[in-house]
Amino acid sequence: MKNNKIQFILGAIALLVLPLILQSFGNAWVRIADLALLYVLLALGLNIVVGFAGLLDLGYVAFYAVGAYMLGLMASPHLAETFEGFKAMFPNGLHTSIWLVIPLAALLAAVAGMILGFPVLKLRGDYLAIVTLGFGEIIRIFMLNLDQPVNITNGPKGLGQIDSIKIFGFDFGKPLEIAGHTISSVTLYYYLFLVLVVASVVICYRLQDSRIGRAWMAIREDEIAAKAMGINTRNLKLMAFGMGATFGGVSGAMFAGFQGFVSPESFSLMESIMIVAMVVLGGLGHIPGVILGAVLLSALPEVLRYVAGPLQELTDGRLDASILRQLLIAVAMIVVMLLRPRGLWPAPEHGKSAIQKD
Amino acid sequence: MDILLQQIINGLVLGSMYALIALGYTMVYGIIQLINFAHGEVLMIGVLTSWSIIGAMQEAMPNTPGWIILLIATLIACVVAAVLNFTIEKLAYRPLRNSPRLAPLITAIGMSILLQTLAMIIWKPNYKPYPTLLPMEPFDVAGAVITPTQILVLGVTAVVLAVLMYLVNYTRLGRAMRATAENPRVAALMGIKPDMVISATFVIGAVLAAIAGVLWASNYGTAQHTMGFLPGLKAFIAAVFGGIGNLAGAVVGAMILGLVEAIGAGYIGQLTGGVLGSQYVDIFSFIVLIIVLTLRPSGLLGERVADRA
Repeated sequence: MKNNKIQFILGAIALLVLPLILQSFGNAWVRIADLALLYVLLALGLNIVVGFAGLLDLGYVAFYAVGAYMLGLMASPHLAETFEGFKAMFPNGLHTSIWLVIPLAALLAAVAGMILGFPVLKLRGDYLAIVTLGFGEIIRIFMLNLDQPVNITNGPKGLGQIDSIKIFGFDFGKPLEIAGHTISSVTLYYYLFLVLVVASVVICYRLQDSRIGRAWMAIREDEIAAKAMGINTRNLKLMAFGMGATFGGVSGAMFAGFQGFVSPESFSLMESIMIVAMVVLGGLGHIPGVILGAVLLSALPEVLRYVAGPLQELTDGRLDASILRQLLIAVAMIVVMLLRPRGLWPAPEHGKSAIQKD
Repeated sequence: MDILLQQIINGLVLGSMYALIALGYTMVYGIIQLINFAHGEVLMIGVLTSWSIIGAMQEAMPNTPGWIILLIATLIACVVAAVLNFTIEKLAYRPLRNSPRLAPLITAIGMSILLQTLAMIIWKPNYKPYPTLLPMEPFDVAGAVITPTQILVLGVTAVVLAVLMYLVNYTRLGRAMRATAENPRVAALMGIKPDMVISATFVIGAVLAAIAGVLWASNYGTAQHTMGFLPGLKAFIAAVFGGIGNLAGAVVGAMILGLVEAIGAGYIGQLTGGVLGSQYVDIFSFIVLIIVLTLRPSGLLGERVADRA
């Protein structure tokens, strides 16, 4: 027990100091850590849907997009620049407070999640996968084409000049000076995302052990039996979709504030697939495993991008950094699954879990 | 009126190509319940192989008639795709036969990314013009036009479908495939080797995909390493739409999808007064899919609701 506590404290200190060390190597490294944390957040959200409730969702990135565009529209000059009426109402552009945007983004994403959930309640497994995939593509096509006839999303060009995230007047977009040391903006975001991740982990554990979580797992293991035990499968599935989507929406808003720019490119089907891969590769339904999967798949390839230089020279530029990165992701997905089909860090008690062949 | 006829022709041509690809998905799904995400990439590798062969042959034997070059290139593409799909199944899917259901799905996605990356390394990422080897003059059909390539697509699809139906319904291999799809364990007791049947299914699927790919590239005139993705996705939708695991369903689903897309693309501008353009055409297929699956969760011709999580 005592040992656990020491490990916990050491881990916490390591996480807190990490960006300060990375910062000295350059902000690019901290950025990688930031993005990895965002992916952890997304993977935790998807884990609720796929890992807990057993609903394979291949369109998860749609909710990420909903959150991101929500902040993008409400905290950038785009609407005021495009619409005369808006300009008259808000001459300085719309700069909505984060306290309003985040709950709205979460709510809108949750509603989108339930809208998706509603028609697919009857479907299972692979049918569900393809419909959710379609839903994600529909959202992407809208983002890509809603610049005409009314310019809402600015099409493929995306929305720029999005305000950085401000909490109680504290601007995460500006570097902070403390006692002569400068803490860069990316490092500040790191701490913000870390707080969110910790909160999400707590929420996920509480959910997992709650009545709702148990019911989800019952549905995942055997839906008919769950129904026979008096579980309202319809409401619980909708709740899983809604809850997972909320995570997506919040991370999307964070992403938009962090980047200052959103475009449909960030929300492709590949992105959804990567998040599913993180969850499955780490260990479906097992929170530490999911975090591991997300960190590995998001951060490692980025790190490799920086070490790939020599290899590129060896192959006369044919094998450039981005190709190498893709190659490694693919090989990792295949090899890990072949060696550990239940994921790198599977849940001990659900050893023969879920999603198993009948 | 002739616009409608034209769109119907285009839709049938598109649907035929979807059908050839969808059959590969649906056969594999019917037997091992795996969404083979790498199927579109097998098609792409087939096309790029044929592109290289055509290039080489045009250089070496400039006087050979176009259709012979196309035929030889297609045959080689089929062989390469078949060997590739056979190997993929053996390396990436077979070891996971008894693992949790999502594991082979992830290796399939990994395989799809891997093949795209390899194609990018081998063939470079640029768009390649796919040579026109058939005569170009279109025929006039009651005010609409149809090109020789389109006729070829329709003809080849009809022949391939007939051969496939014969194979599945009247040969030993076909019976073994149907038996394995029904229940692999019992099939094994009857002296069928499920592993061989599964390998054969992957090989047949790859051949169909390679043929579809060559037709696709000839019809649209370009080839590239990402070209497998969209037809693969659409064909998969078609397979689900018709009731996955059901061969006739895949063909019906593909044809309907092709028609919906072509007619949708032709009329959406008029219908919505120019508000929505043809860029929204992909939305149709997804919306039709969602509606059909909501009303009939097992697809148009599917018999059973897939009873697995």
